[in-house]
Amino acid sequence: MMAGQMPRWADYILMPAINVAAAFFVSGLVVLAIGENPFDAVRILVWGAFGWNEGIGFTLFYATNFIFTGLAVAVAFHASLFNIGGEGQAYVGGLGVALACLALDRFVPWWVTMPLAVAGAAAFGAAWAYIPAVLQAKRGSHVVITTIMFNFIAASLMVYLLVNVMAKEGSMQPETRTFEDGGRLPLLDTILPGVDFGSAPANLSFVIALLACLFTWVLIWRTRLGYEIRTFGANQTAAVYAGISPVRITIVTMLISGGLAGMMAVNEIMGSQHRLLIEFVSGYGFVGIAVALMGRSHPLGIVFAAILFGMLYQGGAELAFEMPAITRDMIVVIQALVILFAGALEHMFRPTLIKLFGILSAPASRAA
Amino acid sequence: MSERLAIELEGIDKRFGAVHANKDIHLKVAKGSIHGIVGENGAGKSTLMSILYGFYHADGGEIRVDGKTVTIASSQAAIALGIGMVHQHFMLVENFTVLENVILGAEGGARLGAGIGRARAELKRLAADYDLKVDPDAVTGDLPVGLQQRVEILKALFRGADVLILDEPTGVLTPPEADHLFRILRVLRDEGKTVLLITHKLREIMAVTDEVSVMRRGEIVATRETSKTSMGELAELMVGRRVLLEVEKTPAQPGAPLLTVEGLNVRDGRGVEVVKDVSFQVRAGEIVGIAGVSGNGQSELLEAIAGIRPARSGIVTIDGTRVDLAAARRDPAEIRSYGLAHVPEDRHRMGLVTRFHEYENAILGYHRDPAYGRGAFLDLDAIRDTARAEIEKYDIRPPDCFLKTANFSGGNQQKIVLAREIERDPAVLLVGQPTRGVDIGAIEFIHKRLVALRDAGKAVLLVSVELDEVRALADRVLVMFDGRVVGERAPETAESELGLLMAGAVQEAAE
Repeated sequence: MMAGQMPRWADYILMPAINVAAAFFVSGLVVLAIGENPFDAVRILVWGAFGWNEGIGFTLFYATNFIFTGLAVAVAFHASLFNIGGEGQAYVGGLGVALACLALDRFVPWWVTMPLAVAGAAAFGAAWAYIPAVLQAKRGSHVVITTIMFNFIAASLMVYLLVNVMAKEGSMQPETRTFEDGGRLPLLDTILPGVDFGSAPANLSFVIALLACLFTWVLIWRTRLGYEIRTFGANQTAAVYAGISPVRITIVTMLISGGLAGMMAVNEIMGSQHRLLIEFVSGYGFVGIAVALMGRSHPLGIVFAAILFGMLYQGGAELAFEMPAITRDMIVVIQALVILFAGALEHMFRPTLIKLFGILSAPASRAA
Repeated sequence: MSERLAIELEGIDKRFGAVHANKDIHLKVAKGSIHGIVGENGAGKSTLMSILYGFYHADGGEIRVDGKTVTIASSQAAIALGIGMVHQHFMLVENFTVLENVILGAEGGARLGAGIGRARAELKRLAADYDLKVDPDAVTGDLPVGLQQRVEILKALFRGADVLILDEPTGVLTPPEADHLFRILRVLRDEGKTVLLITHKLREIMAVTDEVSVMRRGEIVATRETSKTSMGELAELMVGRRVLLEVEKTPAQPGAPLLTVEGLNVRDGRGVEVVKDVSFQVRAGEIVGIAGVSGNGQSELLEAIAGIRPARSGIVTIDGTRVDLAAARRDPAEIRSYGLAHVPEDRHRMGLVTRFHEYENAILGYHRDPAYGRGAFLDLDAIRDTARAEIEKYDIRPPDCFLKTANFSGGNQQKIVLAREIERDPAVLLVGQPTRGVDIGAIEFIHKRLVALRDAGKAVLLVSVELDEVRALADRVLVMFDGRVVGERAPETAESELGLLMAGAVQEAAE
């Protein structure tokens, strides 16, 4: 009965590695086609992301965003829900962060503001996921459709608020005033002795992101609620048989998912920008889908996938700088190829790999 | 005897990864005979037939059809060689007419009109030759299953089949329909066709075949002339040891009612009444069996009592607790808490999450139980201990609670569900199709467990489409037809009488 299977390590490590390798191979061909040396390109990309302190700082900063949005998608995946509204939920989450910071930054130190900002981000993100969740649970409106529509509604809402309500007085910029020290998270290199990330904005949010990973892992695999989420995701009929309410699980899971997406805003708004501005999410919510797919919806996998995408963002920027022939658009092509192979074509190499393991394991079982 | 052979298999071998599904199979099927192939689930019957029908390619060995060595690369190739297959699950387009279904894939050219004309004449001839009468213009979905199966047979014959493979053909039929099918098979044989009948029901083998081959663990362990063997011998060959075909039990000593159902009405998703005013009782220490052809409301009955499916009206009393099933929100967890356990009909769809580890399924439905954790958290050690204890007690193999549930055999999966439900010591147990897709060894074990539960003073409500099973296990038999209980009988009642009730030929008020 073990036919058609492969060891877990192959599923969790080998498969993603092969997918990334394939993406890099095709990217290499593209680089070659425009007359540059692909090996140089890879060297510059990796060095740009990991070869110097400031590069590492930027990589970690981007990775923090991807961890939050990746976890958001992963939690929903466990319940077989496809939340592609991370973009909008993170955007609205920024409102929660900004309100906390604007209210408190002049009166209290950052460590008082932080828990409220995190809670605000999660609450606003969750609230933005709530309506699609209820529509799915009670009316059967598919979350893929509703969450994507809510991304657009979020964008319009935030522009309206930033232009008409929250903009700094006398300014034409659609952004709030800059937070004082009470609304700014400390940078990682100020906390860690002997580390200097230069001008990179890697901040305490990275630690919060790792805690969110731990939270997600405990939730999914160690709690009764997580058991219900996984049962519902794997077999809805069995879930009903077991007395698990589909309505409740759909709503609760979407709230948690939206909350995690919303928390991404803590990194951008309180950790780096120190003000609320338009379009600060700039695609991190969507890339979270690829991160979750690549990380196999497992928090540890998501950390690695997030760092990979952080590397592509940071190293890609370096590459565009060092190799003028490789434009910013080329970097987007490379990132898209990784998403294509790790996300959309996730299972392309699987049958071949399973066959390979079948061949490798057959002599072993014959000998037994 | 120098009879001509329709099919000859020489040394057929097939592996799926580490699984050796067919080992060096040798099989000779005489022309103009009915040849049965019996074996437990997973014995390799279906794999062998799939090789013959071109779904799989054998790793080794030779196939000869009419004495000529052939390679069968696809089902088209099989059809061209005159091999036809009637699948267990019909391959029919329900809203096509019989005629349209028969010509589907063999339309004979781009212009439909000419093909249809020829097909109509051909169908008429086939109906006359083989006593296979079906109205060619009837909409297939409106026909009873017995007639739908005839359409499948016509499809194969229309394509010029000389060898017919039937895979578990009686699973969906009433006893009278099955008898009719056997008559048709005999006519086909007498007209020179060859029939390969795959089944796990020994009674059918004895009733209709000329020769029978027994498969066990991928091998053909014996071939016998049917007239010179017995059910006992065949069962022993299938399992590899002696088996009890009868369930040993003492007469029931019923006590007070533990489950009372009053005035239950259920509508399905399309608003059709599927359970109509059903009332009955199950007392402590008895097994009440519900017999009926699949699709006459039994499934909905079980699901409504368990709180899974909403009822329009109906009161159940479980071990003294009255529950109004028509109340707005019925929760299976609540019903369970009153002392009702439920082994659902379809373990893959409902009873198990096949993607989960075995131990995770050991608490499905009981995951809120304080024994399995504190507060919001699960105590995995406690859950695994429970799972290991059940694995030991129910002899679930392989004994590994970390194994994915999908990797257990059907019988062992059923034992996982049964152990979970019985070990919570319920007052009432609902059991649907307890031995569907379960091998003989496990059937024996499951039947013993159910009788033991009865003898421990619990109430058991059994639903099964296997009439033999209901008669062997139940102390009282209720027959359901078209959503109603149409009669109550003692299990010793003649099969023909129960068969008539099941077919709706006799209607009477229950009790």
